[in-house]
Amino acid sequence: MALSKLDNLYRQVILDHSSHPHHHGLLDGSTNQIEMNNPTCGDVIQLQLLVKAGVIEDLRFDGSGCSISTASASMMTDAVIGKKVEDALTLSEEFSQMVQGNEKEDLDELGDAAMLSGVAKFPARIKCATLAWKALDQALTEKQETTVAKQLHCED
Amino acid sequence: MTLDAAKIRKDFPILFQEVNDEPLVYLDNAATSQKPAAVLDALRHYYETDNANVHRGVHTLAERATADYEAAREKLRGFIQARSTKEILFTRGTTTGLNWVARSYGDANVNEGDEIVISYMEHHSNVIPWQQLAKRKKAILKYIELTPEGFLDVEDAKKKITAKTKIVSLTQASNVLGVVNPIREVAKFSHAAGAILVVDGEQSAPHMPIDVQTMDADFFAFSGHKMCGPTGIGVLYGKQSLLEEMEPIEFGGEMIDFVHLQDSTWKELPWKFEAGTPNIAGAITLGAAVDYLTAIGLEEIHQYETELVSYVLPKLQAIEGLTVYGPQETKQHTGVISFNLAGLHPHDLATALDMEGVAVRAGHHCAQPLLTYLGLSAACRASFYFYNTKDDADRLVAAILAAKEFFQHGSLEVR
Ligand SMILES: Cc1ncc(COP(=O)(O)O)c(C=O)c1O
Repeated sequence: MALSKLDNLYRQVILDHSSHPHHHGLLDGSTNQIEMNNPTCGDVIQLQLLVKAGVIEDLRFDGSGCSISTASASMMTDAVIGKKVEDALTLSEEFSQMVQGNEKEDLDELGDAAMLSGVAKFPARIKCATLAWKALDQALTEKQETTVAKQLHCED
Repeated sequence: MTLDAAKIRKDFPILFQEVNDEPLVYLDNAATSQKPAAVLDALRHYYETDNANVHRGVHTLAERATADYEAAREKLRGFIQARSTKEILFTRGTTTGLNWVARSYGDANVNEGDEIVISYMEHHSNVIPWQQLAKRKKAILKYIELTPEGFLDVEDAKKKITAKTKIVSLTQASNVLGVVNPIREVAKFSHAAGAILVVDGEQSAPHMPIDVQTMDADFFAFSGHKMCGPTGIGVLYGKQSLLEEMEPIEFGGEMIDFVHLQDSTWKELPWKFEAGTPNIAGAITLGAAVDYLTAIGLEEIHQYETELVSYVLPKLQAIEGLTVYGPQETKQHTGVISFNLAGLHPHDLATALDMEGVAVRAGHHCAQPLLTYLGLSAACRASFYFYNTKDDADRLVAAILAAKEFFQHGSLEVR
């Protein structure tokens, strides 16, 4: 059946993350917050970070999106909690390259998030996978203490 | 069935291809339609034999191109039953047409405190030009409510349209809910209140016979690309008496009579609105699309689509967990069907359908105010045209069931 092709995108790990996302909900006492939406598809993500001495001590997310964007956000939290800000930004760049099909040798640092490499074959869905990471980038580089709304500009 | 879709399909070369190793089922006609060979041939013929600028040269090609361009205008006049070709302005599409009305008629006739009335089911292109006009003029933009079934609430329309209302602008057919609005009735009470009625014909003109005089629309805008024509060409119809009074939006070559150093005079209708080299190939090709559609018959197309909807809608409604938005009665539904499957995001569903070769749209369908009104962030939409068959409908239903099955086997909670 043709839907077996879907397995390349929706691996079991991805489905697990999307139905039982990690670090979902709200955080008490965050240092950086952001809300980002993708106006073309209506997906919204809120991130709350606790950054101390240049390290991401905690990170939580909320919002509504498709299974790819929810799974990606969940996997991202696993990958970056405990990491230094610079390292998280490097990971974000690696993830962005990976989902565009520019795969690097070593994706171990991305953890489960590496399972999203299949998205490269579904160009219309790349933005779903990168929404959470784009939000993270901005939250880390622009250091907002209150929630700011940003738009991810793209077409669906 | 009223029309032989299996035979008609053969006119559309693009339909005969595989997508993701499955024969293509194209159900995104509300976004754009496919083009029959006759229309593609007309485009090629124009560029191969007649290409020249219009209304300029005295040479033979220029005369042929001009004659063909104006012949296309006459075809479009007939297509919507306008009184005169003076009322047929070639535009880039519906969006351009609606913007022209807002800029030209709107700026001249709407003042501070006046009202502009639209509905909650409008496409962004029939929302934003009015928002902008309201801002420029400190006017008030009001929205007509919808009934719980998704119809225009006519009683509310009567209340919202008042003596202060200068412009009412409504879509004839919704690109999300699949409903058709009672334009003629709204025209009556809009006119009685002293307002003009602008009609967005984007989703109706391709699918049913249009008679702008009977519906008594003051303006009627539509695009070529949804009715088997090319992109980049459309029509704005306006009543001659209104167009005569209006100022052009763009200025330049082709639209002038005399140009002096400090002032100029405009050509007569319809050319005063068509500044610069127009989309000649587009207009001529759209004329070929009109020939193609009228040979099949708009009434036949409309009936056939109604039959197709009465075949597929109950099958969709029977899928557990699937919600169809808008009216549930097949007779009141156009070929546009929006739906969601509980527990599954429309993007995931659309990707799954694409893997089965079935092209649908997922997203907000350029109708954010409507989706917010319905409490949704996104929906899937399957939209049929006369070249779709029952077989296509079956493939859609089977693909939805397969997607549901796939995601149920994963751990997603699809109910
Ligand atoms: C109801 C409606 N109005 C207006 C438009 C805009 O038309 P265009 O993009 O062809 O200008 C669309 C296009 O999807 C539509 O569905």
